[in-house]
Amino acid sequence: MSTGTTKLDVVVSDVVTVNDLVTRFHFRRRDGGLLPTFSGGAHVVVEMRDGERTRLNPYSLMGSPLDTREYTISVRRDDVGRGGSLFMHNQVRPGLEMVVSYPVNLFSLDLRAKKHLMLAGGIGITPFMAQTAQLAGEGGNFELHYTCRTASLGTYADVLSERYGRRVRLYHDDREERIDLDRLLSSQPLGTHLYVCGPAGMINWVRDRAAALGWPPETVHFEHFAAPQPGLPFEVTLAVSGKTIRVGEQQSLLEAIEAAGVDPPYLCRGGVCGQCETNVISCDGKFIHNDHWLSAEEHRSGRKIMPCVSRFEGRSLVLER
Amino acid sequence: MGITFRKETFRDDFTFRNSPEHIRRFPFPFHEDSYMYAVNIEPHVVGPKGSVLENLIDVDEHYVAEMQDRAMVLAEDPLRCQSLPHMTLAGWDLLELLMEQQALGYPEHFTLTRDGDRWRWINRPLGIDDTFTFGDTSTLPYGPVEYITRQSQGDFCILDQRDGNLWMDAGMVTTQADWSLDFDIGMNFFEWHAPVPLAHEKGIFVRALKFLTNIQQGKPARRLNWTMTINPRLDTSPENYHKWGPDRATVTPENVGDKVHLRVELQSFWRLPRSNGIVFPIRCYLIKMDELVTQPKWARRLHRVIRDLPEELANYKGLTRYRPTLVEWLSKLDDGSPTSPGFGPD
Repeated sequence: MSTGTTKLDVVVSDVVTVNDLVTRFHFRRRDGGLLPTFSGGAHVVVEMRDGERTRLNPYSLMGSPLDTREYTISVRRDDVGRGGSLFMHNQVRPGLEMVVSYPVNLFSLDLRAKKHLMLAGGIGITPFMAQTAQLAGEGGNFELHYTCRTASLGTYADVLSERYGRRVRLYHDDREERIDLDRLLSSQPLGTHLYVCGPAGMINWVRDRAAALGWPPETVHFEHFAAPQPGLPFEVTLAVSGKTIRVGEQQSLLEAIEAAGVDPPYLCRGGVCGQCETNVISCDGKFIHNDHWLSAEEHRSGRKIMPCVSRFEGRSLVLER
Repeated sequence: MGITFRKETFRDDFTFRNSPEHIRRFPFPFHEDSYMYAVNIEPHVVGPKGSVLENLIDVDEHYVAEMQDRAMVLAEDPLRCQSLPHMTLAGWDLLELLMEQQALGYPEHFTLTRDGDRWRWINRPLGIDDTFTFGDTSTLPYGPVEYITRQSQGDFCILDQRDGNLWMDAGMVTTQADWSLDFDIGMNFFEWHAPVPLAHEKGIFVRALKFLTNIQQGKPARRLNWTMTINPRLDTSPENYHKWGPDRATVTPENVGDKVHLRVELQSFWRLPRSNGIVFPIRCYLIKMDELVTQPKWARRLHRVIRDLPEELANYKGLTRYRPTLVEWLSKLDDGSPTSPGFGPD
């Protein structure tokens, strides 16, 4: 029924350098009104008009859900990525008019939890900024363990420590500080829920250890938006719309489909929400599946693809779009 | 202007009636001459003036009487309104939604003034003028769900979303078609739909759940459901089956027009912003056969739908006992001529 969410017309109200890698962007409504309320863990999709090209990248909202005068996101510069973060860093200035989606939450707090145990790695700290603000406002019980490369790259570590004191523990890679994960996971009170956001390796590590230590799967929550990876160009036939398109090296399949004027539904653009799931009609080649939505069996079957993050290498691919 | 609220009852002497304007705005649920389940969900956007979709939360001439009936149900059975401990935030979300929508649609009847957390709510039809602190339950006479749903037509199921499922963890349910919040509380989407025939086999609930868990803020959706009720009784709950069940044996060819009511539920689905839950308002509209058949197209179509309804559905909807009497009565109003497409009267 819907292609993405309702859009919000915003203006960039501030751009703040946080450290060598991370810059924070503030958005307000162009008409001066309040933005929609959101819940901790929500993201917005930011539309970037870069010449001919439109990029749509999801970023977690990191402000307090109690304050809807502005939305804030933090963007880590990725010099070898597909260019979205470089566009934000190099071209977005205060006063620029932009469009963002309504908030969507795919990393929601479980409000039944007696305690919220949060594990963040690097820029994975951003959803926890909003979740801790929400919980602190309600008197919620949380504890945050945050791993960063160095103290100077510990984005918002100072702010969090000042706000929440001993409820925040920091671990610095350059000082060889490591979370004693097994001990941490073995010493939690009943009713604790675990949340993890960070690099894929960290998420897998935490999920594996939690499973091994007997945490029920429904108490382990993780957010991992895969950024679409660049790859070899390929051709695709869209059977329903009768179009043949070429997916560029730096382009995702979903972006190429959209550029051809076909609009599949989407929410996360990161292989998580399942909205853009597409049936494969025929193919001669191999898939490079990068999503977290389809099962391993579906990946092997070659009958479905998540065009937001996955690619194809081979002679021909026909999709039901 | 404003709405003229009727003085009427949904029990004992059953004085409930629809005015002629309300007959024409009745949400007739059949767009063709037959009925089968479908995932008939569409965006919940504002519809034509003079329809029940003119506002996204509809207030009509039955408002005051329905709220009085709800108060009577709650006095007898307080468990019709429940909220598990983790659902308080969702309750505040619902309070905000209903106050905003009612004040927006009916400014002559409802006013909401917000000064930060300090809110003032004026409900003129019910004579309420309360000032409270948003988020602080101690400043309201009831919890947020009970407070606002004692002032809003329709039932409300408040669903928590987790583990890829929806959980019936709070609600106010007093105008239901034979199901019980007290029985369903804490159940997930598949558990509370378990009794529905045919739809599971068709995979309808799997698809419906996938759709509902992806409902987005600012993009509510809706669908219509229907059944029939003997006498205009809002509270047809399992708890009170002994009061309304026997009514089904009282239908005669002489009283069909007065006793048999089409009962339509306008169900809408909204994402709640703070809690990331979903609220599912189920608004019940009743119309007696005598009123419905004043629209000849509806009379012809209803005859064909009820006559051809699969046996399982007729059983599930509780029509079996009086269906022959009803079909016979409606057949006299069906000359066999074609009906125009769409829901509305001609």
